[in-house]
Amino acid sequence: MSGLFVELKTPHSGKYMQPTGLFINNEFVKGVDGKTFEVINPSTEKVITSVHEATEKDVDIAVSAARKAFDGPWRKETPENRGKLLVKLADLFEKNLDLLAAVESLDNGKAISMAKADIGMCVGCLRYYGGWADKITGKVIDTTPDTFNYIRKEPVGVCGQIIPWNFPLLMWAWKIGPAVACGNTVVLKMAEQTPLGGLVAAQLIKEAGFPPGVVNVISGFGKIAGAALTSHIDVDKVAFTGSTVVGRTVLRAAASSNLKKVTLELGGKSPNIVFEDADIDNAISWVNFGIFFNSGQCCCAGSRIYVQEGIYDKFVQRFKERALKNVVGDPFARDTFQGPLVSQVQFDRVMSYIKAGKDAGAKVEIGGKRKGEKGYFIEPTIFSNVSEEMSIMQEEIFGPVCSISKFKTKDEVIAVANKSNYGLAAAVHTKNLNTAIDVSNALRTGTVWVNTYNTLHHQMPFGGYKESGIGRELGEAALDNYLQTKSVTIRLGNALFV
Amino acid sequence: MSHLSVELTAPNGKKYTQPTGLFINNEWVASSKGNKITSINPTDESEIAQVHAAEPEDVDKAVEAARAAFNNPTWRDMAPSDRGDLLYKLSQLVEQNKEVLATIETWDNGKPYQVALNEDLAEVSGCLKYYAGYADKVHGQVIDTGPNKLAYTIREPLGVCGQIIPWNYPLGMAAWKLGPALACGNTIVMKAAEQTPLSILVFANLIKEAGFPPGVVNILNGHGRIAGAAIAQHLGIDKVAFTGSTATGKEIMKSASVNMKNITLETGGKSPLLVFDDADMDQAIKWSHAGIMSNMGQICTATSRILVQEGIYDKFVEAFKKQVSEVSKVGDPFSDETFQGPQVTKAQYEKVLNYIEAGKSDGATLAMGGEAYKNVGEGKGFFVSPTVFTNVKSNMRVFREEVFGPFVVIVSFKDEEDALQKANDTTYGLGSAIFTKDIVRAHKLARRIEAGMVWINSSQDSDFRIPFGGVKQSGIGRELGEAGLDAYTNKKAVHVNLGTWL
Repeated sequence: MSGLFVELKTPHSGKYMQPTGLFINNEFVKGVDGKTFEVINPSTEKVITSVHEATEKDVDIAVSAARKAFDGPWRKETPENRGKLLVKLADLFEKNLDLLAAVESLDNGKAISMAKADIGMCVGCLRYYGGWADKITGKVIDTTPDTFNYIRKEPVGVCGQIIPWNFPLLMWAWKIGPAVACGNTVVLKMAEQTPLGGLVAAQLIKEAGFPPGVVNVISGFGKIAGAALTSHIDVDKVAFTGSTVVGRTVLRAAASSNLKKVTLELGGKSPNIVFEDADIDNAISWVNFGIFFNSGQCCCAGSRIYVQEGIYDKFVQRFKERALKNVVGDPFARDTFQGPLVSQVQFDRVMSYIKAGKDAGAKVEIGGKRKGEKGYFIEPTIFSNVSEEMSIMQEEIFGPVCSISKFKTKDEVIAVANKSNYGLAAAVHTKNLNTAIDVSNALRTGTVWVNTYNTLHHQMPFGGYKESGIGRELGEAALDNYLQTKSVTIRLGNALFV
Repeated sequence: MSHLSVELTAPNGKKYTQPTGLFINNEWVASSKGNKITSINPTDESEIAQVHAAEPEDVDKAVEAARAAFNNPTWRDMAPSDRGDLLYKLSQLVEQNKEVLATIETWDNGKPYQVALNEDLAEVSGCLKYYAGYADKVHGQVIDTGPNKLAYTIREPLGVCGQIIPWNYPLGMAAWKLGPALACGNTIVMKAAEQTPLSILVFANLIKEAGFPPGVVNILNGHGRIAGAAIAQHLGIDKVAFTGSTATGKEIMKSASVNMKNITLETGGKSPLLVFDDADMDQAIKWSHAGIMSNMGQICTATSRILVQEGIYDKFVEAFKKQVSEVSKVGDPFSDETFQGPQVTKAQYEKVLNYIEAGKSDGATLAMGGEAYKNVGEGKGFFVSPTVFTNVKSNMRVFREEVFGPFVVIVSFKDEEDALQKANDTTYGLGSAIFTKDIVRAHKLARRIEAGMVWINSSQDSDFRIPFGGVKQSGIGRELGEAGLDAYTNKKAVHVNLGTWL
């Protein structure tokens, strides 16, 4: 494969030109070492195409481009214009919504209806941060009459951003939006499983009018290009979303190199708690969505379900019925809810957790096996009769597999919910206002949902307690990740020590 | 509805459809009594068009529409991000229609076309876009008082907002008011100025095109004493925002007390511009010229009193006069060479001429100008020569009162204390400017000048991201920036009892 573009086709978009190069300085280029890697369609297990792979040398070139842009025209750009570019990018995402969604479904396997919703959220997120660009204020602080003091908020510099494969374009928008709004420049590496959407979107960066080098987008492997970014001496900050295991590696690399600032969005084993006084039908609907949305490939998936004993049997029965209605199949079919898992590796991993659950004595209420012969499809799976020490209750599975357990009292369920090294999200289903607030206050998680699940919004901060992460994305909070504070004190009087 | 619009051709050849009715519930309606306001072209005194003038009954209808829209789930329950999208769409439509809107501004107000296009219209679309971005960023707080309470504040819209805007930046002033009010979820009854009623009506069609639900924005023309008064005293209006003269601002404040409606006022100014002997003289001249001669001097923040340190006074006056004669080209505003167009109406024109007489009769020295300017076209139009008075004492009317024309007084001072005393010797407190290279002097004086805004080494250098407003009799409240949102929200405190049981 020698070119930088290849013609691909999806049932939703028809034919389109897929960029395959590395997007550096607003141009697509081949890797210095000429390496490429294959991208697999998880619905068919066939190769879609190959893309160029970034190695250490390409990361150097990209970082250099980002540094030059940061020290050059980008630093002089007004906040208003930064915002305008982001809003233009949002408009272009909106204009190209169907194409971007189609590429997402092709590469990741998510249902086309879900992919379109993802792109809609990208538009909202980019526009939101476009609006923040000229509203980032420092403070003036009155200490004494002979000083004039102010705090300036400045960009951090060159930001390395490493994104996962579960929401490829949404994660792309979540990272680029705030970083660019605050005046930074970016080198973003897509996940090796899903590089295609990010490369199509990279074209929109140039079309929107961003100066060269402000946003650079590369495909590559975590262990090579990712490692190069996290340990690069000239990268000022790294933002990583992915597994906790790799998150640790990123933090170590940052510490060993130049103490670059780090924010991490990692794994979770989020408890979904249903009290007896919940509206059962609503709860079922949200619990189902909470674990089977995106084939369970969500960092915040509600994978541990705790149901108060009074309604447990009824709940399990109705949850099973509901989950069996989830249509699992071709992502491009209109009524598909759940597509395949993203790769063979992920498929094998989830299947091995299912085996572990069975081996440990948990009961398979529904599912527990592959669906069909081709594509990485796994049936929605519910385990019951689980105990807290089982691996399926402790470890993040990242597939359409949940475990359901019963509890007696509020205090008991709070204790078991908090007994995890993770702390990303949780949910409480109840009609009682005090239960909702008391339990929310007690849960050690970055997000608590009450009578809902997986409903994120670009206005609300998202991130983890404990080993689920460091820092928050989304909302005003995300800006802090991409700014540093400079305190300026101007003396308005004479010397003190004469 | 063809009887509520006319086809016009502007002096620059631009043809367009000029609506003439009242804009209520996204529709054009006639005024209840059929009374009209005639808009005059201040460049040649010709009649442009007649538009419907609202009576109190029409204000009632507009308020009813705004109230219904405020209570309608379509607007009330609209997600803030979606409100922002509508404002953003409106800003794009303004951008797309900027030539025709700028043409009307110049035709109706008299400001140079290049300024209307490149400054006024850019301000309108920029301001709307800025507030579009704020719509989903107006946050309440959660306040921790202990485990027995969940306490939080909600930022609520005020409700139906009456907005009375002036004629000096017709569309600019509309954007300053609509942006924050709509971003925060309010509904509007806006009354434009009777001197410049036209551009806002073309803009009204863009409101509908952008997708704002009916009744969210209602736009009326009308006389201040009739429609404006009706708004200020209306029992169905939750807030009135007014920009105009201090005298009218006081009337509005009194009328508003009928139902204690929330008020914000942007009123007059007699802003001082201080030039110290270490200033960059060239920059001081250029900025101080622009600071009073732009927009025909019809700016609330115009730095109309220039205070110059005595050692450089004479040099400054000579340089200032030279700047005026080189830059202040008076002429047809549609000509690209024109710097200064006509004053907006005959009444304003006569007011400036009266102050020229007052200056002379009070004994100030007329250093330049001081008369009507009759050399444009056939000698018609409300043009005044740029006018400079020196040897002005602080008890003279021309020192104390707002002229609102291309008319400046230049006064000398001894030192910082003297400069401050003269600068603060006014009932106004809107803008101010300090020219110096001394950083300590600049920041210290900035604190001691009694004004809502201080420009250091510039003048009229506003930006819609920075709070704007006055102290003393220049106003109440602030517009623009994040501060502008405070004028359009209430903070409601919600206390959830989690553990205090009786």
